[in-house]
Amino acid sequence: MYRYLLVGLFVAILGACQSVPEHDDSLYYALGDKAGITKIIDIFIYEIGQTEETLHHFENTDIDRFREMQIEHVCMLSGGPCAYTGDEMTPVHQGMNISESEFNAITNAMIRALNTAGVSIGTRNRLLAIIASMRAEVIYQ
Amino acid sequence: MKRYLSLLFLLVSCQLIFISNEVIAGGKLIGSSGATQIEGSGGGGLVPWATLTGYGTRDEVSASSFFSAVSVDDFRMSSYGASYAYQDRIEVSFAHHDFNSDDKTTALAQNIVGVKVRLFGDLIYTPWPQAALGVQYKHANNTNVIRALGAKDNHGMDYYLAVTKAWVDGPFHRNFVFNTTLRYSKANQLGLQGFGGDMKNGYRGLIEVSAGIFITRYWMFGAEYRQKSDQLSAVKEDDWKDVFVSFFPNKKAALSFAFVDLGRIGGKAKQKGGYLSLELTY
Repeated sequence: MYRYLLVGLFVAILGACQSVPEHDDSLYYALGDKAGITKIIDIFIYEIGQTEETLHHFENTDIDRFREMQIEHVCMLSGGPCAYTGDEMTPVHQGMNISESEFNAITNAMIRALNTAGVSIGTRNRLLAIIASMRAEVIYQ
Repeated sequence: MKRYLSLLFLLVSCQLIFISNEVIAGGKLIGSSGATQIEGSGGGGLVPWATLTGYGTRDEVSASSFFSAVSVDDFRMSSYGASYAYQDRIEVSFAHHDFNSDDKTTALAQNIVGVKVRLFGDLIYTPWPQAALGVQYKHANNTNVIRALGAKDNHGMDYYLAVTKAWVDGPFHRNFVFNTTLRYSKANQLGLQGFGGDMKNGYRGLIEVSAGIFITRYWMFGAEYRQKSDQLSAVKEDDWKDVFVSFFPNKKAALSFAFVDLGRIGGKAKQKGGYLSLELTY
């Protein structure tokens, strides 16, 4: 019994570690390509507006540019046919001193946006893993 | 008195379970604090993890309390306790165990004070795992019973190193958590039957593992294994296993159910049953 469980676990882990092809745009299409991503970002911006504890970071933000950059960035990160024309993560967040807690609050805003947009859990987790990998370049800068 | 306290606790917890998800109680992501294990430390059900109780980040503090009950074929145990986590670095915990046989011939109890220090790493965000070092000081009440069983002491200290890692995009694109704990202990049945024994007497390294997967954002399924010492010839003991499901409705409450297989206890074989645990964070 345990042997089968172990083999199952091993296979599951192997499956998760499969090498990624040269260009994988499956996440981009799972998010609903450009139209889907635009919808997600629009809800995301609404959700940020509902997140009081981080609002002060957006006081001087040009929301139109922020929206464009978010769409481009998510499009590019998910393997879509977009070039991200914004700045690197570290300089963008320079001087903002974003805390772990604030980073998580914004992540929660994104989670709610993905849920509201009807994105499946698996697709959501794929995008969140990418966002999580950028945390070190965002917090306490 | 105790019954009223339990009832009050349950009432408060029912309220907390059904409040909105958006209530902020610490800045960590939901579910990422784990639960409280049976000895009062942050962890799974049976195994302490490298996670600290509550949702506090490095700028925050957090307090939690828990109540759990285990019922197997011939025995039952209730436990309750509280913990405090300071800036995601140090956790201090207290727990009390009441252990009874269904035939009312055995009643054992103990108190546990725990301290855990997160050494390095972040459960989710660092490529390496989160690691923590902890101690649990245990003091059992029924010294005469414990001596009669062959144990050497009614109190003792457990030391453990826990290493825990979560993957946001794990197998099946689900959040996945894996924990390994190495415990250094001479406790018999968590310490309820004292420390050291007639067959063996001394510290021993014990392995404990847990694995869990978040099927949705709020529901986690998993399994645990905890190696045990077997030092008393009068009352043999076995390694413990469980499969569990945890529900994290919001950042105020966590509810866990488990099927546990505790092996031999107090001379009775094949002790299996259910485990229920409720954790509240303030």
